[in-house]
Amino acid sequence: METVKQKDYKVRKNYFAFFGRQFLLIILTLISLYPLFFMFITAIKSKEEYVFNKFSFPKSIAWDNFIEVFIGKNFGQWFINSIILTVGSVIVSLALAVLASYALARYQFKIRDTILNFIISLMVIPPVIMVVPLFVFMSKVKLINSLPGVILLYTGLTLPFSIYLLTTFFRSIPQAILDSSYIDGCSSMRTLTSIIMPLSKPPIITLIVVNALWVWNELMIALIFLQKDELKTLMIGITVFKSRYNINIPLTMMGLVVITIPMIVLYLFGQKYFVQGLVSGSLKE
Amino acid sequence: MRIKRRNIIEIVLYLLPAMLVIGFVFFFPIVRVIQYSFNRVNPRNLTFIGLTNYQILFTDDVFLSGLKNNIILLVAVPIIIFLSVFFAILLYEKMGGWKFYRFVLFLPYILAIPVVGVVFSYIFQLNGLLNFFLEKLGLKFLMADWLGSSKWALWTVMFVIIWKELGFGIVLIFARLMSVPKDLYEAAEIDGANWIQKHIHVTVPQTRNVVSFLTVITIITMLSWVFNYIYVMTLGGPGSSTMVSEYYIYQTAFRYHNMGQASAASVVLFLITFIFVIIQTRIRGREEVE
Repeated sequence: METVKQKDYKVRKNYFAFFGRQFLLIILTLISLYPLFFMFITAIKSKEEYVFNKFSFPKSIAWDNFIEVFIGKNFGQWFINSIILTVGSVIVSLALAVLASYALARYQFKIRDTILNFIISLMVIPPVIMVVPLFVFMSKVKLINSLPGVILLYTGLTLPFSIYLLTTFFRSIPQAILDSSYIDGCSSMRTLTSIIMPLSKPPIITLIVVNALWVWNELMIALIFLQKDELKTLMIGITVFKSRYNINIPLTMMGLVVITIPMIVLYLFGQKYFVQGLVSGSLKE
Repeated sequence: MRIKRRNIIEIVLYLLPAMLVIGFVFFFPIVRVIQYSFNRVNPRNLTFIGLTNYQILFTDDVFLSGLKNNIILLVAVPIIIFLSVFFAILLYEKMGGWKFYRFVLFLPYILAIPVVGVVFSYIFQLNGLLNFFLEKLGLKFLMADWLGSSKWALWTVMFVIIWKELGFGIVLIFARLMSVPKDLYEAAEIDGANWIQKHIHVTVPQTRNVVSFLTVITIITMLSWVFNYIYVMTLGGPGSSTMVSEYYIYQTAFRYHNMGQASAASVVLFLITFIFVIIQTRIRGREEVE
């Protein structure tokens, strides 16, 4: 009798625990998703409707907002600038990181761990500290309002994480594989391009995804170093949008939707790489 | 492998391009910013003025309230840590659907801060969604100017930061929990430990390093990575109620063109961050030893 009661109690307790957990997770899910949902439904409302109907679905869908975003001055140009910066920085950063990581992983020399730890510690230095001297210097050499100038800065800022990730991975490749390639008479560069690189697809994809996300979302550097309207990025663009269309909130929201969708699509397809990449900076496998 | 002369040349060639860029983006400016902080900076020349920039800085109420606000933002750290651990445990124990939850909960973390900031501005503005909702529910007395009053603005910004950063914490700790040996929990259950005891005796020691790592990272975030939120949502206002040290540096340098004083503020922020960078390196080292 006693044991049956206890068992009964335990089952009921588990039942409650199960629904309690589900309930809390669902609440958190709703809180996480709601602002996005709000952004999407507002983007397809007319500005008149938004005044009295903020909460529910639009009664009539205002697709015009989508077109108007692109008619709105320079939005297309900002989009192109963001793409140039993202593609440029990701490629340059990756190339430099691969070479540096190769040196830090495949050669034994005294200070290699010192160099690596040093580079890792740069990951959390906030860019705002470097911005004043960089601005003074870059105005002297006329690199303000220059996309290549900003690509240089983004490359530098994404290098520490890239080198950290690649070095860790390169070091996990068994030495035997490399030795056999040296014995076959491959040069070190040849070993890198024909043996290490093909083996390193996962961390390279991770890096591309994480760095692209970082550059696409970056605000401060773009704000300071790209001041001409036709050189602005999407992130700066939306702050311009926000102040320019302060009365037309749905239009601003449509702008946000347009710049967010590429990243959400990328996230949908490469979720694994995002999570791995963003978390691996802090967790040993 | 013995190092040959040829190897040294190769090492240098491979490392050089990356080191040059890192040198240009990190080392050169950090050295320069320290130098600037003792000078009056004009476009053409520097004038040495000793500690004057620092003296002005520490009597500037705006800078001091910036530092104060950075410290107030640290309130978010225990909240983020607690919620991350709590929800990571829920996710871990309720294995079904964790992939879906991980996808959704991580989503805010990949969104751009400017996007998040603008959306939340429309939710929290005086005639925004939240007040609209409260009014419809007949809770008018709860309505407030969430971003426009100095009483609430900083707390509203803090809420948005927590909303955005929480996903990272949950996923990080969840990933660590997945690698805790299952038999540790089973052993605890056989020993008759209840839910809380189980987590105090198994989860806490097992996740100690990753939690301390998350703590330090979150502290660094609150002290020196909140510029974007402030720039998009409040511009430091109303008054200087949401001023933070990063925004102070930006404003002093690029609105008031006082590079020397902005540099002094940068050095202060650098020193504060540097302390935590060292702590973080220690934690990483400890983790590698284990």
